[in-house]
Amino acid sequence: MSKIKAAIVGSGNIGSDLLYKARRSAIVDPVWMVGIDPSSEGLARARELGLQVTAEGIDGLVPHLARDGIRLAFDATSAHAHHRNAKKLMDAGVVVVDLTPAAIGPYCVPPVNLSEHVGSRALNVNLVSCGGQATIPMVAAVSRVQPVAYGEIVATVASKSVGPGTRQNIDEFTRTTASGVEKVGGAKRGKAIIIINPAEPPLIMRDTIHCLTEDDPDQDAITASVRAMCAEVQRYVPGYTLKHGPVFEGKRVSVFLEVAGLGDYLPKYAGNLDIMTAAALRTGELFAEQMLKGAFEPHGVRA
Amino acid sequence: MSEKTRVVLHEMSLRDGMHPKRHQITLDQMIQVATALDEAGMPLIEITHGDGLGGASINYGFPAASDEQYLRAVIPKLKNSGVSALLLPGIGTVDHLRMAVDCGVRTIRVATHCTEADVSEQHIGLARKLGVDTVGFLMMAHMIPPEQLLAQAKLMESYGANTIYCTDSAGYMLPADVTAKIGLLRAELRPETEVGFHGHHNLGMGIANSLAAIEAGALRIDASCAGLGAGAGNTPMEVFVAVLDRMGIEHGVDLYRVMDIAEDLIVPMMDVPVRIDRDALVLGYAGVYSSFLLFAKRAGERYGLSSRDILVELGRRKTVGGQEDMIEDVALDMAKDREKSAAN
Repeated sequence: MSKIKAAIVGSGNIGSDLLYKARRSAIVDPVWMVGIDPSSEGLARARELGLQVTAEGIDGLVPHLARDGIRLAFDATSAHAHHRNAKKLMDAGVVVVDLTPAAIGPYCVPPVNLSEHVGSRALNVNLVSCGGQATIPMVAAVSRVQPVAYGEIVATVASKSVGPGTRQNIDEFTRTTASGVEKVGGAKRGKAIIIINPAEPPLIMRDTIHCLTEDDPDQDAITASVRAMCAEVQRYVPGYTLKHGPVFEGKRVSVFLEVAGLGDYLPKYAGNLDIMTAAALRTGELFAEQMLKGAFEPHGVRA
Repeated sequence: MSEKTRVVLHEMSLRDGMHPKRHQITLDQMIQVATALDEAGMPLIEITHGDGLGGASINYGFPAASDEQYLRAVIPKLKNSGVSALLLPGIGTVDHLRMAVDCGVRTIRVATHCTEADVSEQHIGLARKLGVDTVGFLMMAHMIPPEQLLAQAKLMESYGANTIYCTDSAGYMLPADVTAKIGLLRAELRPETEVGFHGHHNLGMGIANSLAAIEAGALRIDASCAGLGAGAGNTPMEVFVAVLDRMGIEHGVDLYRVMDIAEDLIVPMMDVPVRIDRDALVLGYAGVYSSFLLFAKRAGERYGLSSRDILVELGRRKTVGGQEDMIEDVALDMAKDREKSAAN
C-alpha cells in the first residue's frame, strides 16, 4: 500500500516522539525533519533513521516539498514559528497538523470531531493542548448525552514533562483548553486549570473532568457514553485509563483519568505529551486515508 | 534586629480566610472587615477567592461574589490600606491580573509551587510593567532545602518581583527551618528586594515562625485576625501584634482595634471554629496543603472514611497546592480498597 509522505517540523522532544510513532504508520511516511539547530540531537537521530533533514527551518524544506511529494506536515515548533510555517506550507498545498498553541486552524480532537475536519477539507487543524486532548473527549461524552452548562478540567502533569514554551506562556494553555472545552467539548462555558507537580518519581498525567449538566444527569447513559469514549481514545493512546467515575452529585458529573504514554521517545509518565503526538498522527492518518482514496484534494493548491 | 525594625503586616482573613468560609464571605462582610482593618492602620489587606484570582471553580468552590465584585466594592471604601490580590498561574491568567489592577489593587502576589517559579515570568513581568508592588510567593516552601528555594526566588527576582515570600502553605515548618530559609534569601537576594513570610498555625508555630522570619531579615509578615485562614488558620494577627508591641517592633497597627475585629467581626463569621483539630494538626504533621482540610472532611463523610487517613495519603503522594481534585480521587481509591479487602 502506498503511503502519504510527510514532514515533521520541529526536532525537539515532541517532534522526535512523533517521528517514532509515524515510522510505525501504515499510511504516513515521515521523510523530512526540520530543525533550526544543526547540532540538534533530534535532527541527528532523524538522519540516522534515513530521513532528509534541514537545520534551516521551514525555508530549508519549502524548495523540496513538490519534488519530494510532501502532502502532510506536522508542526511541533512554537505558536510564534507556526504562523510563518503554516503559511508557507499551506501555500504549497500541504495539509498542516498543528501541535503548537497557535490555533490558526479549527480545533481537532480526533475521537470527537476529526471526521468533520476531513470532510470540510481543512488545510490546517490545531490540536488544542495536551490537557485538551486528554479531557475534551470526556466533556464531549457527557454533552452528547445531554446539555452541559459548564465544563471544567484539571490537568496535573509532572514537572519534568512541561517544557520551557509552556512555562513561559502557561496562560495560553488555560485559555486554549477552556476554549476547546466549549467549542469541541460542547460545554456552554469552559474552564481549565493546570497543576505542575515535581514529585519524584514523576507522576503519570492525571486529569479530572467536572461537568455541570443543565438538567439532572442521566447516569446510565452518561456512564455508557464515557466508557465508549474512553475506548475510542484507547485506540491511539492505550494508556488512557478511567480511574474513577463518572461520579454523580446533583448535577455534577466527575471523571478521573490517568494518561500514561507509550514511552516511544518520551518517558511513560509524560502521557500529556504522548497524547499530543498520538493525536497528531491519528489526525494525519485520517487525512492521508482520504488523500489515498483521492477524496481529498485540498483547496488552495498552487499548480 | 535593630531597634528601628519596622515590619509590614499583611492581613489574610479576606483571602486565606475564604477557605474555611468555603468562599462564602459576603460583599457586606468584606466591606465591614476591610474598613475596620483600614481604621486599625493595617497597611495591606488581601482580597480574592481563596485560591486567588480566577479561583472560582468546581475544583476549589464557587464564591459568593466574583473577584471583581469584591474588589470594586471594597477598594473605594478604604482610606489608607492597600489591597493585594493573589494569582496562581495555571488557575488565573494575566487577564485577571489586569482586571485587579484596574480595580485599584496595588500589590500583586504571584504564587507558584516552590519548585516551579518559571511559570510566573509573564505574570510577574506584567505586574511590574503595570507599576504595582510585585511579589513572588513560593508555596509549600517546606518541601525543598534553602539553596533550592533561593534559586527559585532568584528566578522570580529576575522577572521583576520586588519582594519574595517563603510560604509555609502546609504549616509544617519549624522556626529553625524558617531561620535557615529566610536567612539565605535575605543574604543572597538583592538588597533592595524585600523578603516576606506567610505562616499557617497547624503546628501552633505561626507566631514563633513569624518572629524567626523577622529575626532572619523578613520585613513583610502575613497574619489573619482570629487566624481566619486555611487549615488551623494563619498566624493570628491580634496575637502577633501584641507580641510585636512587647518586643518594640514597629508595625503601625492598633492592637485593640485588631483584637476587636477578631473578636467582634471575625469569630462570629466562622462556620466552624478555626483551630488545631486533629485534621489540621495532621496537615502540619504530614506536610499537606492547608486548604485541603475541608475537602478531606467532606470526602471522608461522603465515602465513610477517616479524613485524617485521606490527608496522610495525600501527603504520601506528594500532592501540591491546587490538587484539590486528588482528594476525591484518593478517597475513591481508599473506598475501593476497602471493598476489596471486605470481599476477601
